Amino acid sequence: MSWRRATTGAAAAALGLGLLTGCGSNDDSGASGSAESASASAPGGDITVFAAASLKGTFTELGQMYETANPGSHVEFSFAGSSDLAAQLDQGAAADVFASADTTNMTKVVDAGLVEGSPVDFAANTLTIVTAPGNPKGITSFTDLNREGTLVVTCAPQVPCGSATQKVETASGVDLTPVSEESSVTDVLNKVTAGQADAGLVYVTDAASAGEKVTAVAFPEAAQAVNTYPIATLSASKTPDAAQGFVDLVTGPDGQAVLAKAGFAQP
Amino acid sequence: MIREARVRVPSGLPGWIFVPAALGGLFVVLPLFAMLASVDWSRFFQLVTSESSLAALELSLRTAALSTVLCVLLGVPMAAVLSRSSFRGLHVLRSLVLLPLVLPPVVGGIALLYTFGRKGLIGQHLEVAGIHIAFTTTAVVLAQTFVALPFLVVSLEGSLRTAGSRYEHAAATLGASPTTVFRRVTLPLVLPGLVSGAVLSFARALGEFGATLTFAGSLQGVTRTLPLEIYLQRETDADAAVALSLVLVVVAVLIVVGSRGWASRAAV
Repeated sequence: MSWRRATTGAAAAALGLGLLTGCGSNDDSGASGSAESASASAPGGDITVFAAASLKGTFTELGQMYETANPGSHVEFSFAGSSDLAAQLDQGAAADVFASADTTNMTKVVDAGLVEGSPVDFAANTLTIVTAPGNPKGITSFTDLNREGTLVVTCAPQVPCGSATQKVETASGVDLTPVSEESSVTDVLNKVTAGQADAGLVYVTDAASAGEKVTAVAFPEAAQAVNTYPIATLSASKTPDAAQGFVDLVTGPDGQAVLAKAGFAQP
Repeated sequence: MIREARVRVPSGLPGWIFVPAALGGLFVVLPLFAMLASVDWSRFFQLVTSESSLAALELSLRTAALSTVLCVLLGVPMAAVLSRSSFRGLHVLRSLVLLPLVLPPVVGGIALLYTFGRKGLIGQHLEVAGIHIAFTTTAVVLAQTFVALPFLVVSLEGSLRTAGSRYEHAAATLGASPTTVFRRVTLPLVLPGLVSGAVLSFARALGEFGATLTFAGSLQGVTRTLPLEIYLQRETDADAAVALSLVLVVVAVLIVVGSRGWASRAAV
């Protein structure tokens, strides 16, 4: 139940933030006060954040919050698949913070000796079924995906959302026969929004960001595969204090509120 | 096509020109060597003969061959019309037809989705008629043909223009029907151009990625061609991706070099 309390608190905070950011960038009293509490100790400085593609919306917002709270600082983002980012870091790409959509790719970067300290889990995501708006095929359960004549699209097992799908399949004993195994969750979502597929398996946050273009059908088996998002500062950072400041913002109450608003669960 | 351009400078290219030329060559070739150097040879055979790799290679060769046939069937008449006829709007038509050359393949994929997709302009009627294109190998061939067709048209149109129409006129004056002229005079005359055009389309179809990913999907043995398999393998096993990339490069080199040899013999 503590989880539920936390989410409620986060939602309340998110509401407050929404109001503040809604006032525009010239708002000084409330916005800066709120953000300061999250990263008061972080000095200004430019940082580059490598973040999983699924964090684009939330991290862009958090980046603006960070810049408001730390005048003169600038946060640069590179959003891509976690494995792409891990590979880029391994090849020597310069970044200060890495936020991965799964522990596997974070472990790769840790094993390569690129992380300062140890990663912190800051969010979690679960799968949901998405269908065309209004759910015309009447899909209400995970088993329904195997119904004759239902075109289902999932992620390939090689990518995080696909390995989550596999876990759910194993746990529930339902073997899906997808018509396509996409290499990214965005491709799955696009196949459903374009009407190519009847249903797809994506993360709750993807369904939330697609808004009215899809109908999300939650299913209990999803709890079998919870995807954890870790974040870490990188040892190559020239502005480690600023990097830590951003991590603190993400893991702190303000960051958690923004993430909760987008549908992320707490780790 | 380049061969036909025959600008012969028998003696004395300016010496400096070799420097940028060598740099350009290096720029193209070096990445290939870098990839070659990073191949994990101890696992190479095992990686490229895995079930998924072989399925992808087989699918790629099959779809690229089918696309090339489609390109020839549609592209030869297109090139003939563009090079030998004149009517209002021909220039606009040519630009439109060549559009896939400059479009990012993803854009092509989106366009195809809204044409042949289940909710698409033509696709919705096909669905009603019981013809399903979504997530089938047909979708892959459509995507490949879409991006590869302009290569054949451009290449062949160039050959047709270079060849001129003197022999065609002569044949026609001697009483040959337009079809006979086209079959017995025009086509044999531009055969090397046709072959190099077909090879270009085959190579382009073989490398097609964006439109396939966007439009056709990705399922082993059905829609997951070699480029898609490479992209997917990259997620978990970089060595497998490099090994498969090498296979794709070797296949492409064999085809290009082989056909160049053939075309030059045919041209003599």
